[in-house]
Amino acid sequence: MSSLTASRALAPVGTAGKFFAFGLDVIRALFRRPFQLREFIQQAWFIASVTIIPTALVAIPFGAVIALQVGGLIKQFGAQSFTGSASVLAVVQQAAPIGTALLIAGAGGSAIAADLGARKIREELDAMMVLGIDPIQRLVVPRVLAAMLVAVFLNGMVSVVGVAGGYFFNVVLQDGTPGAYLASFTALSQLPDLWQGMAKALVFGLIAAIVACYKGMNAAGGPKGVGDAVNESVVVTFILLFIVNFVMSAIYIQLVPPKTG
Amino acid sequence: MGVEIKVEHLSKSFGKQLIWGDVTLTVPAGEICVMLGPSGTGKSVFLKTLIGLLKPDQGSVVIEGTDIATCSEKELYEIRKLFGVLFQDGAMFGSMNLYDNVAFPLREHTKKSESEVRDIVMEKMDLVGLVGAEDKLPGEISGGMRKRAGLARALVLEPEIVLFDEPDSGLDPVRTAFLNQLIVDLNAQIDATFLIVTHDINTARTVPDNIGLLYHRHLAMFGPREMLLSSEEPVVRQFLNAQRVGPIGMSEEKDADELEAEKDQELPPLPPIPLQLEPSNGIPRRSQRPPGEWCRMNGVTPPPGSFDGNMSMATGG
Repeated sequence: MSSLTASRALAPVGTAGKFFAFGLDVIRALFRRPFQLREFIQQAWFIASVTIIPTALVAIPFGAVIALQVGGLIKQFGAQSFTGSASVLAVVQQAAPIGTALLIAGAGGSAIAADLGARKIREELDAMMVLGIDPIQRLVVPRVLAAMLVAVFLNGMVSVVGVAGGYFFNVVLQDGTPGAYLASFTALSQLPDLWQGMAKALVFGLIAAIVACYKGMNAAGGPKGVGDAVNESVVVTFILLFIVNFVMSAIYIQLVPPKTG
Repeated sequence: MGVEIKVEHLSKSFGKQLIWGDVTLTVPAGEICVMLGPSGTGKSVFLKTLIGLLKPDQGSVVIEGTDIATCSEKELYEIRKLFGVLFQDGAMFGSMNLYDNVAFPLREHTKKSESEVRDIVMEKMDLVGLVGAEDKLPGEISGGMRKRAGLARALVLEPEIVLFDEPDSGLDPVRTAFLNQLIVDLNAQIDATFLIVTHDINTARTVPDNIGLLYHRHLAMFGPREMLLSSEEPVVRQFLNAQRVGPIGMSEEKDADELEAEKDQELPPLPPIPLQLEPSNGIPRRSQRPPGEWCRMNGVTPPPGSFDGNMSMATGG
């Protein structure tokens, strides 16, 4: 009985360990030739096609909400000329990576987990291994790289669309001045903000794809198992990405001191 | 020429549940073997252990001097190139059409030009009777066709060992008969080692050179076809003749009361041993033995009517 409770209590540790080992396998396979260029391009195109439109649609209200919130607040301080800079700072530093994380995990990751899960329960992955082909190298590596690439692009897109949305709400709906909005862009934000956004997106893409692949490849128990795998992969990715976002933001703020107006 | 598979003291359990223990057998090179067993005795698990998809808890599986159970990942991927495996549902890649599915191993492992690939793929498609269906997706065809396509893919790299996971499940009797004939013809043609996992008795009685029976978490018997078909051993006898009387029950083995109740029941006589299926061109396979040879050599009298050419294929009981 005691061994049963012990094994139950330690089960999460085992799962984390297996996941970590899987991650190391993927990283090792990243450098193994031949590189699956065709699969990479197909997957990049596929992930982009399922994420671009939802991301754009999420980015507009994101930028708008920040503009509304910050605009209202900043008016009370009488610092309307800084609205643009505040909204750029918020969008580029936080909203863009978070928006990317949501979509890359929710749309891209779930699609990857569903695809690999279905292959797993149809014994396609077994068949592949028996044919002497390592599914990690053949299927997982291209997906991970594709997710990383698409995440960086999505990050850029959320930045642009979010700032544009903020501009629209500030200038058109809150009667801000276009000149002041644009001119204050660089007052608080700086170039490294963009780099850190991209770095975050890159890491988010990596984590989302590895979690999705791991969950998909370990699906068990028929069609229901695939559904469970997709569900778990999205939840786990969200949790991981938000934690990683916090950690990376904290490190960034220590490394690059905020610019003062 | 095929390759020998040497299995020694193999055990596998999932958690605390022992699937089978201490399995020792040698699948002779170039011969056809059938592994039988009631549903749920881990026949598929045995197959997956042989190709290293599952790691056994104990024991070894030695193929060409490499132990599958302990070798490195890299060696495992090398040794798997000797194998062709037909999975239960064919395990075709759902995103590719049949042609690309069959061409897949060639494109991944060889540097053949597209026209050479086409020649080999079309030859194998012709072998399994799927010419004309190359452009279909696996989702669009019947289970039997998927199975035959899976066989074509398993054969495309000229394997030394071919494993069949229930080739006859879900097929009608006519297709099963065709498939069995195809298996025998293939063995005559490529001389590879064949291992078939099934619970179809007709296949087991007529196709193989050797039969093994997994029962109650161990290997009950493994040996030449005629040895098992003439065996008086209760489990072997019950299973190979599809009888209700014997130690195998509906769920697992029967309990003492049920066995006691059956004690005085007259066992039906052993049905005659059918002739082995011959290659369709009539030229005997390399590993084929003359009918009745084992019985003569071991002084066993086969059941009356055995090896009669006019005998029907159907089993008794």
